[in-house]
Amino acid sequence: MKLVIINYGSGNLHSVHKAFEAVNNNLENPYEIIVTNTPSEILNADKLVLPGVGAFQDCKNAIHKIDGLFESLEEVVIGEKKAFMGICVGMQLLAEKSLEFGECEGFGWIPGEVIKIEAPADYKIPHMGWNEVTFRNHELLNNISQNTDFYFVHSYYFRTQKNENCIATTKYPNPITAAVLKENIYGTQFHPEKSHNNGKQIITNFLEWEPS
Amino acid sequence: MLKKRIIPCLDVDRGRVVKGVNFVDLIDAGDPVEQAKIYNSEGADELCFLDITASSDDRETLFEVVKKTAENCFIPLTVGGGVRTIDDISRLLHHGADKVSINTAAVENIDLVAKAAKKYGSSTIVIAVDAKKNGDKSWNIFTHGGRKPTDIDALEYCIEVANLGAGEILLTSMDRDGTKIGFDNELLSTVSSSIDIPVIASGGVGNLEHFVEGVLKGGASALLAASIFHFGEYSIKDVKTYLAEQNIAVRI
Repeated sequence: MKLVIINYGSGNLHSVHKAFEAVNNNLENPYEIIVTNTPSEILNADKLVLPGVGAFQDCKNAIHKIDGLFESLEEVVIGEKKAFMGICVGMQLLAEKSLEFGECEGFGWIPGEVIKIEAPADYKIPHMGWNEVTFRNHELLNNISQNTDFYFVHSYYFRTQKNENCIATTKYPNPITAAVLKENIYGTQFHPEKSHNNGKQIITNFLEWEPS
Repeated sequence: MLKKRIIPCLDVDRGRVVKGVNFVDLIDAGDPVEQAKIYNSEGADELCFLDITASSDDRETLFEVVKKTAENCFIPLTVGGGVRTIDDISRLLHHGADKVSINTAAVENIDLVAKAAKKYGSSTIVIAVDAKKNGDKSWNIFTHGGRKPTDIDALEYCIEVANLGAGEILLTSMDRDGTKIGFDNELLSTVSSSIDIPVIASGGVGNLEHFVEGVLKGGASALLAASIFHFGEYSIKDVKTYLAEQNIAVRI
């Protein structure tokens, strides 16, 4: 089984790769982990991970700069329904559009938009640090207790159009989407690769996940 | 609720951990990767490396330390010291740093802040500010590891870099650094109440109560300390337990 981590120059690529490797090494049937941006390799993936930090538009442009990258992703994720996980901006890109630095179109795989966090004046933006996550029961959140802390760093968040696509939230102090899910498409706003043991559990769950 | 972060800081010289008292008299306190692993398992919320290697020839050692740390510690890692160019930032991120802290280079070339924030995202760019009291509610910043004075006002500078896209301010009181008499909470609250981005308190922490004051009086989002942890006076857990007892939200 092949797990592809998409390399489009994202700053957290290394961290994501190392964390997935550490978790994968403990699996009974480890994946072959491939870090790539080559469409032919993406088309052969059994699972995909899209990291992302920085500005929405920069990430989107970086993906579209690589010939055939987005098309191969779409083929595997939408066409073949392979399990997909986006992290941080990699998750926000699933939205229809973002309002960060003007309007920018996303992949449109999950209905909703990426908007600025609205918080009272005494709340610092970016929302940076460890915050509690509550979630709907799902195998992607196996062995995680309600109100577990995960590491967040962001100023914008994904407001899903449908409640059913938001499977986890945090509060700052208003509710903020912490994880999205639609069929085989999953994403976390927090950084599992930076969330110590609970983050590793999130990665384990994704590696063990078989979307129906 | 968002937790107050406890960040142990390791001063690294040619790949070894050191910590200065008022920026001089360095004492060797061990291997950074081993220390980082300990802090990681003790429940540190983030780690910070400050590279103080003087010669650029010896800087390569830092990249190896960052790489090894990132392979072993799955919490955020901030690396600073001698960061001068976009390329420096890129190399640190590539080796596994999550955030890069910029000090002197941002003062000398303020455009670097906006450029770096645009390229890597605000949350990746920490601006480190070394400030020294200059009068009533007034502080000036120093550059070059605290050796070179400037006539730049610390508060105005923090406001400016925040507007340019910095994601966080690492605010060190030079008056307090190494003294163990507590953070300069007046400096912290003056800056923290004037900008929207988080402020990390640094310099002067000597006991558990000082951490509490940094949050309640200083308004800090995160608390950084070095020698208090390295020499085993208090563990990360001691600090967090104490903060929790004072009703300050921490990740236990």
